[in-house]
Amino acid sequence: MKQSVFIVLISIFIFTGYAAASEKELVVYTARKEHLIKDLFEKYEKEHGVKIIYITGKAAVLLQRILSEGSGTNADILLTVDAGNLWQAVQKDILVPVESKILKENIPSHYRDPENRWFGLSVRARTIVYNTNAVKKADLHSYEDLADAKWKNRLLLRTSKKVYNQSLVAMLIATVGEDRTTKIVKGWVTNLAAPPYSSDTKVLEAIAAGQGDVGIVNTYYYGRLMKKNPDLPLAIFWADQDDKGVHVNVSGAGILNHSKNKEEAVRFIEWLSAKDAQKIFADANMEYPVNTQVAPHADVKTWGTFKESTVNLAKAGQLQADAVKLMDKVGYK
Amino acid sequence: MLQLINNNRNFIVSLFFAVMIISPVMVILLSGFQAEIEIWTHIKQYVLPDLVKNTVILIIGVLSTTAVLGISLAWLTSFYDFFGRSIFHRILLLPLAIPAYVMAFIYTGLLDFSGPVQTFIRSTMPSIAPCFPQIRSAWGVIAVISLSIFPYVYLMASSGFRSMGKSMIEASQSLHAGRLSTLFRVTIPMARPWIFGGLILVFMETLADFGAVSVFNYDTFTTGVYKAWYGFFSISAASQLASILVAIVLFIFLTESYFKKKQQFFTKGYEAVTRIKMNRIRSFFAFGFCSIIFGLSFIVPVFQLLFWTITSFKVEIDVHYVTLLKNTIVLGVLGTVFTMGVAIILAYSNRSMGDIKTGIVSKLCLSGYALPGTVLAVGMMGIIAWLDKTLIGMVGIFGGYPISGILKGTLWVLPICYMIRFLTAGYNPVFSNMTRLTSSMDEAARIMKVTGFKLLTKIHLPLIRRGIITGSILVFVEIMKEMPVTLMLRPFGWDTLAVKIFELTSEGEWERAALPAITLVLAGMIPIISLTFLGRNKKQNVITG
Repeated sequence: MKQSVFIVLISIFIFTGYAAASEKELVVYTARKEHLIKDLFEKYEKEHGVKIIYITGKAAVLLQRILSEGSGTNADILLTVDAGNLWQAVQKDILVPVESKILKENIPSHYRDPENRWFGLSVRARTIVYNTNAVKKADLHSYEDLADAKWKNRLLLRTSKKVYNQSLVAMLIATVGEDRTTKIVKGWVTNLAAPPYSSDTKVLEAIAAGQGDVGIVNTYYYGRLMKKNPDLPLAIFWADQDDKGVHVNVSGAGILNHSKNKEEAVRFIEWLSAKDAQKIFADANMEYPVNTQVAPHADVKTWGTFKESTVNLAKAGQLQADAVKLMDKVGYK
Repeated sequence: MLQLINNNRNFIVSLFFAVMIISPVMVILLSGFQAEIEIWTHIKQYVLPDLVKNTVILIIGVLSTTAVLGISLAWLTSFYDFFGRSIFHRILLLPLAIPAYVMAFIYTGLLDFSGPVQTFIRSTMPSIAPCFPQIRSAWGVIAVISLSIFPYVYLMASSGFRSMGKSMIEASQSLHAGRLSTLFRVTIPMARPWIFGGLILVFMETLADFGAVSVFNYDTFTTGVYKAWYGFFSISAASQLASILVAIVLFIFLTESYFKKKQQFFTKGYEAVTRIKMNRIRSFFAFGFCSIIFGLSFIVPVFQLLFWTITSFKVEIDVHYVTLLKNTIVLGVLGTVFTMGVAIILAYSNRSMGDIKTGIVSKLCLSGYALPGTVLAVGMMGIIAWLDKTLIGMVGIFGGYPISGILKGTLWVLPICYMIRFLTAGYNPVFSNMTRLTSSMDEAARIMKVTGFKLLTKIHLPLIRRGIITGSILVFVEIMKEMPVTLMLRPFGWDTLAVKIFELTSEGEWERAALPAITLVLAGMIPIISLTFLGRNKKQNVITG
C-alpha cells in the first residue's frame, strides 16, 4: 500500500507539467511553423533574458486549446498566420486590446485589428504566377480575368480548404460583392486544367511542367521554389494593379486575456515589429516586412513593387464562412 | 449487493473502461446536437452528398484491395514453399512502418504531372503521355492507402492460417477438393475471425484517415469534419459529422458480433501445416507477386525518402532530432503499456462471460479507432477542463497553491487518448487468440480449482501471449505514426517525429520532411521485424486441443 502511494506521488511529480508564472518567461502558442520562428525566439531570449516557451499547432486547434484551458491557460501570446484566424480569435473573445505607440507607428492600420487586439507582423501577397513560355505578361490582368474563357484548361489552383484561398475569396466578396464573386469563382472552376492541388508548391511545379499556364499562389512559395531551381519558366504577375490592388494577408499576433505577463508580452510584440526582428521575421520565409521602414529580402525585391489592397483584413475573417459556402456551391473542391 | 457485483464483475469492468473511453466521444456527440442550423443545412445540401459517395468508394476500394493482397500473400507464405518465401514472410509487414500520409506525399510526388515519371514519359514518348491516369483521384487514394495498411490483413490472416493445423486442410484434400477450392471453402472460412479483425482495422483506419486523403485533396467524412471546424469554425457541425462516423462504426460492430455469435474456431489435434513445395514456374510467379507488392509498398517509398534526405540533410539535421526520437519512443511505450493493459482486461472479461450486454459495452470501447484523432482530442480537452476545475477545487481546500491545471498540458492525457484511439489494434489480436482457448480448458481448470484471477494469469495469459505481443507492436507503431492527437495535446517540449513531419509538409517542404520520415520508418522497422520472429515459437501452440 505504502509503495503504491509512493508511486502515485512520484508519477504525479513527473507527469504534471507545472509551470509557475514567472516574469522571465513567455508562453507562445504559434501556428507559424517552428523552423520559421525559432531563431527569433532565441534571439529575444539572448537579448532580453526572457525565456520563450512555445508550442506549435494549427490555428483552429490552438484556439480551441486556449478556449478549453480558459482562465487557467499558461499562454501569453497567440501567433498565427492569416487574418481570418486572428479575426476568429477576436470573436471568441480571447484577445486583449493593447495600447502601444510603438506598435501603431510600426504597423500600418490595415494590418492590425481596428481595436488593436491583434497586430500583423509580416505581409504575404497572394497573386498570379504564370509560365513564361506559354503566357505573355500583357495577357494577364486580374483575379477576375482568370475566370475568362480564354484561360479554359489553363488555370491551376490550390484546394479551397486552405485558408489562404478562403481569405482571397472573402476579400473578393468584400470588394466586388457576392454575385460577381460567384461568377468569378465559377469561372475559375471551369477553367481548371487539373483538380485543385493540396499545396501552392505543387501548383507552381505543375505550371512549370506545363500542365497549366497560370495559377494563384503566395509569393514566398514562388521564392522558395526559384531559390532551389532558378531555371524554372515561372514569373510573378501583380494582379489588380488598375483596380483594388494585390490581395495581401498577414501573419500576426495578439495577447491573451488570461495572460499573466501582459507587459512582457507587449514588449515582445513591440520588439517583433521593430527593424531588427522584422528583417529576420520576413526574410526567414521570403515574406514582406509589415514595418515599412524595413526593406524586403534582396531576392524578393527583384519581383518588383506593387499596389496592395488596403481593405482592412478583419473583413477576411468576417466573410470567411460566406466564402467557404460560395466555393462549395460552385464546386470548388 | 456484493453478490450482485460479483456476478456482474466482467460487465462492471467493461463498463468502467467504456465510460472512460466513451466520455470524450459523448462530449462530441452532445455538442453535435447544438449544431448551428444554418451551417448544417449548407453542409447537408452542398457537401454531404459528395462526402458520402467518396467515402463509400474509398472504403469499398481499400477493403477489397487489402483483402486480396493480404489474404493472397498470407496464403502463399503460409502454405507454400517458394524461392524467397522465408524472407518475404518476414518483410511483408514492413510497410506498416511507413505512415499513410508519408506514402501519399511520396506517390503523388512521383506520379503527378510534374513528377519524374510523367516528365520522363513526356520527354521520351510524348504520344502516350496524355494517357497517363490522374493519380489524384479515387483509384490513387485507394492504391496508396491499401499499400500502406494491407499488412494488417496479411498479419491477421497469416496468424489465422498458421494456428489452424493441418487436419482440416487434409480432410478437405482427402475429399478431393482442389487447392483453390480448399482455400475458399475451408481455409478462409476457418480463419474468418482473424481476417475480419484485420479488415476491421483497415476499415476504421481508412475512415479516420486525414493525412493521406488531404494530400490527394480527396474529400471524405474526415476532411468534412475538419472543414466544418477550420473553415466554418463550427465545432458543433464538425461534431455532428463525427457522430455519423461513430454511428457507422457501432453499426458495423454490432452486425459483426451478431454474425460471430456461437461460432467456434478452435481445431482439435493441432499439427503444424507442412508447406507444399512449388515447382519452378509457380515459384517464379509467387516470387514475382511478392516482390512487386513489397517493392511498391516499401522499397520505392524508402528509396524516395533516402534520396530526398540526401538533398536536404544539411538544412534539416540538428541535435533536436535526438529529442524528437526520444519523445516518440517514450510516448509510444507509455501509450502501449496503457492500451494493452486495458485491451487484455477487456478481452478477458468479454470472453469469459460472453453475454450480450458485456459484448455491446466492449464494442463501444473499440469505436475510438475510427474517430479522427483531432475530434477525439477536442472531446478530451472538454473533459480535461472539467476535471481540472473539479480537482483544483479539491486541492484548493488543502493547500491553496496557485495551480493552473493538474491534467492540462501534462503527459497523463496522451496515453489515455492513445488508448482510446488504438484500443482496437491491441484488442483484436488478443481476442482472436482467445477464441482458440477451448471452453473445455476452462472446465478442466475449474476442476483443478484454478479460477478467477489465477485462471487468467496461470492459464490464459501464457496462451494468449502471442496475441499480446502482436497487439503491443501494432499499437506501438500506430502511436509512433500518430500525428493529430499528439499535435493537439502534447505538453511543452514533447514534439515528436510525426509532429515535425506535419510542420514541414504543411509548408510543402517534402524534401525536408524526408529526414524525420525516414527516422520514423527506421524506428518502426525494429519492432515490426521482431514481430515476425514470434512465429518460430511452437511451444504454446501444442497445448491447444
